[in-house]
Amino acid sequence: METHIPERISDFVNNGELDCEMIYVESEHSALSAALGSSAAGVRSYTATSSQGLALMFEILHIVSGMRLPVVMSVANRALSAPINIWNDHQDSMSCRDAGWIQLYVESAQEAVDTTIMSFKIAEDHSVMLPVMVCLDGFTLSHVFEPVDIPDQSVVDKFLPKFVPVFRLDTKNPKTFGPIGYPDVFMDFKKQQQDAFAVSAGVIKKVASDFNKSFGRSYGDGIVEAYELDDAKYVFVGLGTICGTARVVIDKLRKEGKKVGMMKLKCFRPFPDKAIVDALKKADAVAVFDRAVSFGQKGPVFSEIESAFCDESKKPVIHSFIAGLGGRDVKLDHIELAFNRIIKEKSSITEWLL
Amino acid sequence: MINALPERELFAPGHTACAGCAAPMVARTILKVGGPDTIVCNATGCMEVFTTPYPRTSWEVPWIHSAFENAAAVASGVDRALKKLGTRDNTNLVVLGGDGGTFDIGFGALSGALERGHKFTYVCYDNEAYMNTGIQRSGATPKYANTTTTPAGKKIHGKSEFTKQLPFIVAAHGAYVATANIAFLQDFANKLKKSFAFNGPSYIQVFAPCPTGWYHPTDQTVEIAKLAFKTNVFPLYEIENGVLTLNRKPPQQVPVEDYLLKQGRFKHLTKEEIAEIQQHVNSDWERLVKLEESKLKIF
Repeated sequence: METHIPERISDFVNNGELDCEMIYVESEHSALSAALGSSAAGVRSYTATSSQGLALMFEILHIVSGMRLPVVMSVANRALSAPINIWNDHQDSMSCRDAGWIQLYVESAQEAVDTTIMSFKIAEDHSVMLPVMVCLDGFTLSHVFEPVDIPDQSVVDKFLPKFVPVFRLDTKNPKTFGPIGYPDVFMDFKKQQQDAFAVSAGVIKKVASDFNKSFGRSYGDGIVEAYELDDAKYVFVGLGTICGTARVVIDKLRKEGKKVGMMKLKCFRPFPDKAIVDALKKADAVAVFDRAVSFGQKGPVFSEIESAFCDESKKPVIHSFIAGLGGRDVKLDHIELAFNRIIKEKSSITEWLL
Repeated sequence: MINALPERELFAPGHTACAGCAAPMVARTILKVGGPDTIVCNATGCMEVFTTPYPRTSWEVPWIHSAFENAAAVASGVDRALKKLGTRDNTNLVVLGGDGGTFDIGFGALSGALERGHKFTYVCYDNEAYMNTGIQRSGATPKYANTTTTPAGKKIHGKSEFTKQLPFIVAAHGAYVATANIAFLQDFANKLKKSFAFNGPSYIQVFAPCPTGWYHPTDQTVEIAKLAFKTNVFPLYEIENGVLTLNRKPPQQVPVEDYLLKQGRFKHLTKEEIAEIQQHVNSDWERLVKLEESKLKIF
């Protein structure tokens, strides 16, 4: 919890600005366990973590999603030790991509606020009932200040009504939560989770569209966001704050007459393979920037985008760039260099921007 | 005496506990005393496995299980959620874990929840090893006991350490603490009642023999539990507002040998080892008697 997030929430609570119960736990494992308990008891539940804290929660991540509890959690993305490092990359949340949580990545502090509000509505939709991670770049978004518009409570209440659980720990209607599932039932529960992910993509889009109507702000369709993409032959793909840097590079290269653009991947789980294919199929080449690595494989986002195209007869050349691990700065020059490389290269390259 | 407990059963039969298991007696007594306005947060362990093979359940009250080491943390969330919903005062919140989930892997979460002062009754059913996973040693396993990870070998004769003094560690957090024994259910019920009325965390450690792991006949569970009391191996006491009270003293102390030799897990013991255990039991008992006589506020 060691970010400004719980500190500011504590300010809100202690100043009487936020009507909530705060539990000051002794570990991240207990933080998510307490959120699990409070969500099962029928109240809207939230926590925040980062890096090693998320790693410590790993066991409970699967249980929260398996129990279909709509907990929302901010993850200030930071590197995993060793060597110990407190700066940004996506190794923490990417390592949890199979834990059954919806994962939404954000580019700015404003997008973090707005996505958090949307996430409760997505998670608590009775056709979804899946937990959501709001992934924001550690340090860049969690420890650097920028002005944000925090919407009025009344507008948020209208957009996000009171949480209505499907089941709760109710002494008037006793239920057993978290029983043992033998092989004859276990797999059916897992299939239901997978089916809920399929449904969630439509809900995410609907919530993003409703959010735009209520608050006048949007981030693509809630799944992917395009920038200068319509006629782009060379496309940058990234998640989070790196997309802000890419926008500046794209503006510069466009002025030089280069047909470059960006697809920002906002939603990583559920993985929007069709939306990605639609966004990228007209391009000649794509540069996927991963701020994480699957050791012994390549960048996780790269690998999944590659596989999204496996059934397509026409596909762009997809290149893998591993960048910005452990807070290493990704500069304008790096992205410009990547564009120039993919304009030139005829077959897929993998490059570490050391 | 047991007739004084409510007749209503909220712990359904048909579960799959081993013959002679003491754990169902613990659960049944908790629900008799707690009644329908009880919520149970269960740690992973035998109790969770034998009572909830989906889609069946023995629990006629709301019950939640999620992991091994986090039951006290889950209860923290339930406690504060009920407060938020305005229903906290009516509900008895029980956390249930075995000695492995309590002494060892769940110790951090338990300590954190105790320190935060959540109102709950943590019941540790103490069968002195990780029985669910196959009789591995825990911090509650007694010295020289034969377990699958402390086998009675030629070089090392069972477990090398004495039991962790968890009730005192819990009491140091300011909780109401009691020990109980499945051979004395009325005493356990009285302590449960007291814990439900206490405005803060409570901890009750219940002695619960395990025929499967202790290698004793399945019809000897209560007899062995009685002997644990008569030998002072497992004394019955309370620590209330920091002051210790021995609830019941055996009229005449029985030698520990009578308790130990009824169980296969101790059958390899030498005379010297039995004497060492006797000495340890005596010194623990003397300490408890002295503490009680002193009326000292320990914590």
